[in-house]
Amino acid sequence: MSETLVRRPPVRGGVGASVPRPDGVPKVTGRFEFLGDMHHEDMLWGATRRAWVPHARLVRVDVTPALAMPGVHAALTQDDVPGHRYQGQAVTDQPVLAEDEVRYWGEPVAIVAADDPETARRAAEAIVVEVEELDPLTDLDVALERGAVFRHVPVRRGDPDAHGEVVVEGTYVTATQDPAALGTEAGLAVPDGSGGIDLWGPTQWTHIDLKQLAACLALDPAQLRVQPCRLGGAFGSREDLSLQTHIGMLALRLGRPVKMVYDRHESFVGHVKRHGALMHYRHEADRDGTLVRVDARILLDGGPYQLTSNAVIANSTYFAVGPYRCDHVTVDGYALRTNNPPSGAMRGFGANQPCFAAEAQMDRLAAALGMDPLELRLRNALGQGDRLPTTGQLIEHPLPTDEVIRSVAAIPLPDPADDDDPLHLPGGTGMTTPRSRVVRGVGYAVGLKNLQFSEGFDDYAEARVELTADGAVVHTAAIEVGQGMVTIIEQIARSALGMSNVRVEFDHTGRIGSAGSTSASRQTQMAGNATLEAATAVREQALAAAGGDDLDDAGVWRDGALVASLTELTANGPLTHHVRYRHRPTDQPDADGQGELHVDFCVAAHRAVVDVDPDLGLVRVVEIAIGQDVGRALNPQQVHGQIEGGIAQGMAHAVMEEVLLDRGVIRNPTLTDYLLPTCLDAPHVEAALVEVPSPWGPFGAKGMAELPTMSATPAVAAAIRAATGLPLTRVPIRPEDIAVPDPPPDDPEPHPPEAGGR
Amino acid sequence: MHIERPRDLAEALAGFDSHPRATPLAGGTDLMVEVNLSHLRPETVVALRRVSELQTWDDRFVGAGVTYARLQAGPFPALAELARTVGSPQIRAAGTLGGNLGTASPAGDALPFLAALDAEVVVASHGGERTLRWDAFLVGPKRTALRPGELIVGVRLPDHIPARQAFGKVGVRQAMVIATVNCCVVRDEEGATRVAMGAVGPTVLRARAAEQLVSSTSRPSPSMLEEFQRLVSDEVVPITDHRATERYRRHAAGVLARRTLERCLAP
Ligand SMILES: Cc1cc2nc3c(=O)[nH]c(=O)nc-3n(C[C@H](O)[C@H](O)[C@H](O)COP(=O)(O)OP(=O)(O)OC[C@H]3O[C@@H](n4cnc5c(N)ncnc54)[C@H](O)[C@@H]3O)c2cc1C
Repeated sequence: MSETLVRRPPVRGGVGASVPRPDGVPKVTGRFEFLGDMHHEDMLWGATRRAWVPHARLVRVDVTPALAMPGVHAALTQDDVPGHRYQGQAVTDQPVLAEDEVRYWGEPVAIVAADDPETARRAAEAIVVEVEELDPLTDLDVALERGAVFRHVPVRRGDPDAHGEVVVEGTYVTATQDPAALGTEAGLAVPDGSGGIDLWGPTQWTHIDLKQLAACLALDPAQLRVQPCRLGGAFGSREDLSLQTHIGMLALRLGRPVKMVYDRHESFVGHVKRHGALMHYRHEADRDGTLVRVDARILLDGGPYQLTSNAVIANSTYFAVGPYRCDHVTVDGYALRTNNPPSGAMRGFGANQPCFAAEAQMDRLAAALGMDPLELRLRNALGQGDRLPTTGQLIEHPLPTDEVIRSVAAIPLPDPADDDDPLHLPGGTGMTTPRSRVVRGVGYAVGLKNLQFSEGFDDYAEARVELTADGAVVHTAAIEVGQGMVTIIEQIARSALGMSNVRVEFDHTGRIGSAGSTSASRQTQMAGNATLEAATAVREQALAAAGGDDLDDAGVWRDGALVASLTELTANGPLTHHVRYRHRPTDQPDADGQGELHVDFCVAAHRAVVDVDPDLGLVRVVEIAIGQDVGRALNPQQVHGQIEGGIAQGMAHAVMEEVLLDRGVIRNPTLTDYLLPTCLDAPHVEAALVEVPSPWGPFGAKGMAELPTMSATPAVAAAIRAATGLPLTRVPIRPEDIAVPDPPPDDPEPHPPEAGGR
Repeated sequence: MHIERPRDLAEALAGFDSHPRATPLAGGTDLMVEVNLSHLRPETVVALRRVSELQTWDDRFVGAGVTYARLQAGPFPALAELARTVGSPQIRAAGTLGGNLGTASPAGDALPFLAALDAEVVVASHGGERTLRWDAFLVGPKRTALRPGELIVGVRLPDHIPARQAFGKVGVRQAMVIATVNCCVVRDEEGATRVAMGAVGPTVLRARAAEQLVSSTSRPSPSMLEEFQRLVSDEVVPITDHRATERYRRHAAGVLARRTLERCLAP
């Protein structure tokens, strides 16, 4: 197969081309129909009644005042759930609507459907919700003490008595980050007239939604078509159900289409967040910089329901050391149950939090050794043939840690700034900071993460390629979340078929099997490989059918002459091939967290340059450079897009993005106070793509879009430390952490490890 | 919801006769946020965009309906600087000076300029007009002296407006951010200095002791500037909220006031 591919001239719009997204221009010009713009004749509007207490006993829910309002058609509670009353991907522990207890601030208690959104909202407010408040559990240490643990992942590797000559310790905190997708949750459920429904909701994996929804709605999976959706962003937050079950219940009850749209405030309680984390680390190294031992304890705040916390804590634990060789490692990762907002998947999936802590530790270690931080990293850089420091897995495939570090270091530093344009200074339009008060800092960080699902999960993706007289169509249930499925599938199919006339059709759950989740950096490789195999098979069918040696948009060729047009070729029906692609199996961990738990890995290295105003604690991130492992860039422009967006999200977590929690209550559930970077805050980005082909990814590609976020956060923190000399063990770093830092506790050390606190 | 669309001030004020509890609507950049968050459900709205008197900007009189976009292009440097910091281009095209006064947020960015100049707020009702100095108008956090049926017509600035003036604002983002501290300093050629600080008290406030300290000299020494900074930090009365701690605000107020003064002192 690969030989034929090599011989042919590249097709137009195939792999390697920066094919523009068809939805790009419509999105920025307002002509794209997002999920929340959907409309159906005769539809009703749903709204949710929530309990605004972090923890309470639910004493009474009375929907009669809502039902008494004109224009209100239904008001439902947990008692009205037609099927299984709990949802969740792995463990179904989340009630569809609060049952006897409210476990987080803003938990849904009842739902209504009415003629218009305003009536629905007022009806929801009219529902009587009587609660008896309980003490919320919001502190991670207390949660651990009380054994409120979803999952404990232990790692025990090497000799517990092995020690290094130089020791550094630290406690680190990463606050809760919100994915803050610009499109809020929205959905539409349309009854099909024969007991089933079509359902559009925010999703990254329609088939996992189908499984949960069919159970809760008491429908045969064949009666429920979960449709691909036109999302305004995901970042992991659409892996868990939000309003789908609710609109499904209302549509089934009423036999009418029901639409629901969360407003921004509701959205902040309506989707999962990046786990806040509390981490203790101890690194030991020999004087020459060889990392000897790492001990870590990682606590993740899961919120009240399990959702994906079990898998997130596995990532935190297995990537606790980062991309460094180390033979003696002890990690205890705990996903904890609290009354903070539910946490789940977010870009990086648990690998980000330890990356922040471990990279800070590497800098501390370098300082203690009197060594250059990059040299320390290069000395220990993990690569092909090494073993993952935590699980002991042999790294079988290329892992260019060394190359990404060297390539980012080779990018020239930005010029020392000298202009007085306030937009180029900390404080920006506020004109707070003269150039003379600015201190520049530079910091590095390196990130490591797995690709695909791990720990023995049966991970597969289906695709079907059909060749007709009109060209080729790829069918897949993979979800486009803004990352580029929409071009990548076509590009892979084009290069595999040798045809340009290819389009992708995103199917609902009734038309094709699962493509798995658009997450875990997996679809380019998973749906991509399924597409590659199916397209290659269709090409072979075509060549065999016409006895040819080449295929293009005209048809099959032999010795340079067309021997069958597409019409002739498909006279008896389309040529099709269906594939269920599986990556190689992975192990479940043994009692010590050891085994071949992962399929493959990806690395990136960031260098951040920041300008800090130490007196006011204001920071401007000037530039972030990245060396990024991509295998092969199938669409270079999209790779750069993921890098720029990922960096904005990662750097913002270092300096502004934080869900402010006060005993379980979100203090900033608005975009006024949950600060996302504006284009004046987003740094200039320089990217070096490191292309070492993956032996199993389509055309050598790797999934890459989580890494740009991961080590951006610690790199910015490192740069601010370099500028200020402060320990800064918590992100985001707030102006007060720089301008009026808490006095260090009584400790003779200049940078006491416990200084961060919370 | 009933909406009145008056074309002039008389018509607007008459609107209140039939609907005494009517809510004035200017750019809507505060009001509609409240409506969307369900904090407010106005029965009657008086839409002010077409009221010509409010659009007037005649030298020292700035109409309530003048938008930040216009203020940004106006003759007063500090007013232009503060206008640039407000929201995004969309917000600046819609949001008005009168709306900032109507909301009376302790962090309102237009307010330190008015306080530093001892501006007067002109308000009118069916019964007539009255004029209140800024500190008589802003009576508490999100509270004004406006009576039911009264509209803000505009602000009157003093005849003498020093050319040396500057605005500064501390926020966690480079743009489009609510102030954790904001500040306006004006200084005339004799040295008389006025310093207004926002987001560090229930209303915008004047740092009078600090003003006095630097008003007597033509060239404050570095140690005097140090003392100025300390006095401002002492005079402000900030709180801790989700945007910043009291300790940081107090510190940042001093730093910001000093730097804003230094901008006024620059040759
Ligand atoms: C995204 C965003 C960013 C923002 N950024 C900033 C910022 O950086 N700095 C800042 O200070 N503010 C900011 N704001 C708040 C707002 O834009 C300003 O306060 C603005 O000045 C309000 O003016 P408006 O014309 O929109 O007022 P409206 O929302 O129309 O009205 C505000 C209040 O004033 C009353 N009112 C309006 N006009 C009159 C009148 N003539 N007489 C009597 N009462 C009246 C209204 O009844 C209402 O109570 C922001 C708002 C948003 C949505």
